[in-house]
Amino acid sequence: MATMIQAIRLALHVGETRLGVTDIFGEDVGAPLGGVFTGTQGLETAWNTPLDERGIVGTAIGLALAGQRPVAEIQFCDYAFNTIDLLKLAGNTYWSSGGDWNVPMVLMTPVGAGIRGSIYHSHSFDATATRIPGWKIVMPSNPRDAYGLMLSAIVDPNPVMFLMPKALLRLKGKPSDLLPGEPEDDKQLASMIDAPLGDRSAWKPRWPDVQELYIPIGESRIARPGSRVTVLTYGRNVPMAVAAADELAAEGIDTEVLDLRSLHPYDWPAIAASVRKTNRVLCVNEDTEVTNFGEHLIRRIVEELFYELHAPPRLVAGAHLPGIGLADALEMASVPQKDGIKTAIRELAAHEP
Amino acid sequence: MSTSSRPTTHPVSVSAPPRLAAETCLQIYDLMLRARVLEERLITMYKQGDGFFWIGGPGEEAFNVPLGLLVDKGRGVDHDFLHLHYRSAATLLAMGADPVDALRQMKNVASDPYSKGRNFAGHFSVREWNIVPVTSPIEVQYSIAIGTARAQRKAKGITVVQGGDAGTAEGDFATCMVWASRKGAELPVLMIVTNNRYGISTPYAGQHGYEQISDRGKAFGIQTAVIDGNDPEASYAALKQAIAYVRNEKRPFLLEAMVSRLRGHSSASGANLVKDEIDCVARFEERLIERQILTRAEIDRRRETYTNELAEAAKHVRTEAQPTPESAFDYIFAERNLVGEDN
Ligand SMILES: Cc1ncc(C[n+]2csc(CCOP(=O)(O)OP(=O)(O)O)c2C)c(N)n1
Ligand SMILES: [Mg+2]
Repeated sequence: MATMIQAIRLALHVGETRLGVTDIFGEDVGAPLGGVFTGTQGLETAWNTPLDERGIVGTAIGLALAGQRPVAEIQFCDYAFNTIDLLKLAGNTYWSSGGDWNVPMVLMTPVGAGIRGSIYHSHSFDATATRIPGWKIVMPSNPRDAYGLMLSAIVDPNPVMFLMPKALLRLKGKPSDLLPGEPEDDKQLASMIDAPLGDRSAWKPRWPDVQELYIPIGESRIARPGSRVTVLTYGRNVPMAVAAADELAAEGIDTEVLDLRSLHPYDWPAIAASVRKTNRVLCVNEDTEVTNFGEHLIRRIVEELFYELHAPPRLVAGAHLPGIGLADALEMASVPQKDGIKTAIRELAAHEP
Repeated sequence: MSTSSRPTTHPVSVSAPPRLAAETCLQIYDLMLRARVLEERLITMYKQGDGFFWIGGPGEEAFNVPLGLLVDKGRGVDHDFLHLHYRSAATLLAMGADPVDALRQMKNVASDPYSKGRNFAGHFSVREWNIVPVTSPIEVQYSIAIGTARAQRKAKGITVVQGGDAGTAEGDFATCMVWASRKGAELPVLMIVTNNRYGISTPYAGQHGYEQISDRGKAFGIQTAVIDGNDPEASYAALKQAIAYVRNEKRPFLLEAMVSRLRGHSSASGANLVKDEIDCVARFEERLIERQILTRAEIDRRRETYTNELAEAAKHVRTEAQPTPESAFDYIFAERNLVGEDN
C-alpha cells in the first residue's frame, strides 16, 4: 500500500507524463532530495528554486498565465504567509480580468501538527486558505484520496491548493484502497519509487503503470457511517475522529464522520443530508478557533438547518494561541486530540432539546 | 553586446541618441499625443464625476510608446509577455488599443473589456496580446514575470516587466533579479523601471541609498542601462537594443528610464499639472518643428481633433450600461483552460 506521500508522487508522475504538468518546483523539490517529505523524488520536471516563497508563487502564476501546468510547493505552510497577496492575485485574476485569464496552477504544502514540529512546522492553513476566494482547496486524509484529488487539481483550470496533512504523509492506506495499477506489495513499490539513501546520482525510479483516478473536487466522503452525531472534518482529524467514533460505538453512540476532502467548494448537500439524519453536528479541525472554517460551517448549518438541530453545534479546533509549543504536553493541549473529540461527541449525543 | 563576460558598464549610451527617420518620429509623436489626450480626458472624466479614481501615465509617453511599438505583439509564448503597471496607457495605444476602452474602464461600464467594470483606470488586461492583468499591489508583477519568462526559455517571445522606482524596494524586485540571473537558468526578461523619482509623496532619496536603481542589477551580472525616458528617440534606441539582447541571448536586462510625473501620483493628489517636470510631448514637438517634420498649426489641429474625438466618445460611454449586481458572481471559476489554448 502506498503511503500518502508516495501516492502524491505517483499522481505527480501521472501529471507530468500524461496530464501536461510542465514544472514541479519549490525549495529542495528537485534532485537529489526530491522534497523534504520525498513527495517529488524521481520526477522528470521537478526542479529546485531559490529559497523564496514569493518567487515560487509568482513563478507558478506566471507559468500558468503562459499556458503551462505548474505544481509549486511551499515547503511548510508556515512559510506561506508572506505570499498571501500573491495567493489573492492567483485567486482573483480570472475574476478581475472579467474572464480573460484563468490561472491553472496547483500549490501544495504540508500543514498541521502531529509531528512535534513546534511553532513553525505545525501551522494550519485551512482557515487562511478558505478566506482567499477564487481558489479550490482540497485536503486528503488517505493515500487514495490524495492521489485522486491531486489528479483533479492538476487538470482543473483554476488555482487549486493541495493541503497535505503532514502527520499522515507516511501512513499507508488500507489494502482495499490500492491505487489502480499499484503493486500490491508495498516493499516492491518502495523499491521502485523511493530514492535510496546516500548517493542518488545514478538512481532512476521505475514507475508502476498507475492508472488515472479522479476524486472530484467538491465531493465529500462518508469515512464512517452513523446515525446519532455528525462529525465534519478533514485531513489529519479524519482518522482521529473515526477512531473516536469506533470507541464510542461501545458506549452505544453511533457517529457519522464526513471527510470533507474539499474545503472549497465544499459538499453542502452531503453535509445537510448528514445533519438532517443525525440532528447533531461537531466540526473538527486543527486551525485556530477564532474565525475558523468550522465556524463558517456552523453558521450556515444554524441559518439553514436550525429546526433540524437537537443540540447546539460544536467546534473542536486549535486553541487561539500564538503558536504550538514543542513539548508534548503543549502540542497536545493546543490542537484537537481523540479524547477531546470523544467528549464533544458524547455531550452532543446526550443533549436533548 | 557580448555575453562572454559579465559587463558592468552601461551598454546603452545616454548621450547623443540616434535620430529616427521622420516617418518613425511622426508615428511615435502621434501616439504620444493620442496617449496624452487620453489621459487628459480620463482626468476630466474623473473631475466631472465620471469615474471614481484616476491613475495614469502623463509624462511617460516618450518611453511607453516606443515600448508598445517594439514588442512582438501576440498570444502565447512565441510572442512577448507584458507585465505592465498603471501608467501604461501609451504602451497599449501604441500596440493598437482603442482609447475608448480606457474610457470605459474609467466609467466602470460593463463594456470595459479589461475588467468589466471591476477595476480602476489603467488596469489593463489583453490576453490576445499577452498583456497580463495590471495589478494594484505594487511590484508583484516582477515575481509573476519569472513564470512567463521561464515558459519562454526556448520560445521566440520574451517577457517585459515594468514598474516604478519606489516599488523596487519591495522584495519582488530582488526576487526577479535572483531568479532571472541564475547561472545556466537565465531568463529572457526585460526588467524596466520607469523612475519618476517619487513614490506618491516620498522622494527618491528618501528610500534609495544607491545612485540609480539599475546599479543593483550589476551585482547579479545583469546588463543595465539608464536612459532619458523623456526622449522618445533615446527610448526607442535603448529599448530596441535591450529587447534584441534579451531575445537573442535569452538573458535578463535591466533598463531604467528617467521619466516625469506630470499630473502627480493620481486623482488622490488632485491630478493637476505639476510644474518643473519635463513635458516629453512638448519637448518632442519642439524637436519636430525644428526638424521641419511638423508645424505648430498641424500639431494644434491634431490635438484638437483627438480631443474632440475623445470628448464625443466619453459622452457615449456615459450612456453605456453599468454592470448588473448579479454579474459580480461571474468569472469566479473557469470552466475551461483558456490560457492552455494559447500556445
Ligand atoms: C504593495 C503596495 N503597497 C502600497 C501601495 C500603495 N501605493 C500605490 S502607488 C504607490 C507608490 C508607487 O511608487 P513607484 O513604484 O515609484 O511608482 P509610481 O507610482 O511613481 O509610478 C504606493 C505606495 C500599493 N498599491 N501596493
Ligand atoms: Mg515613482
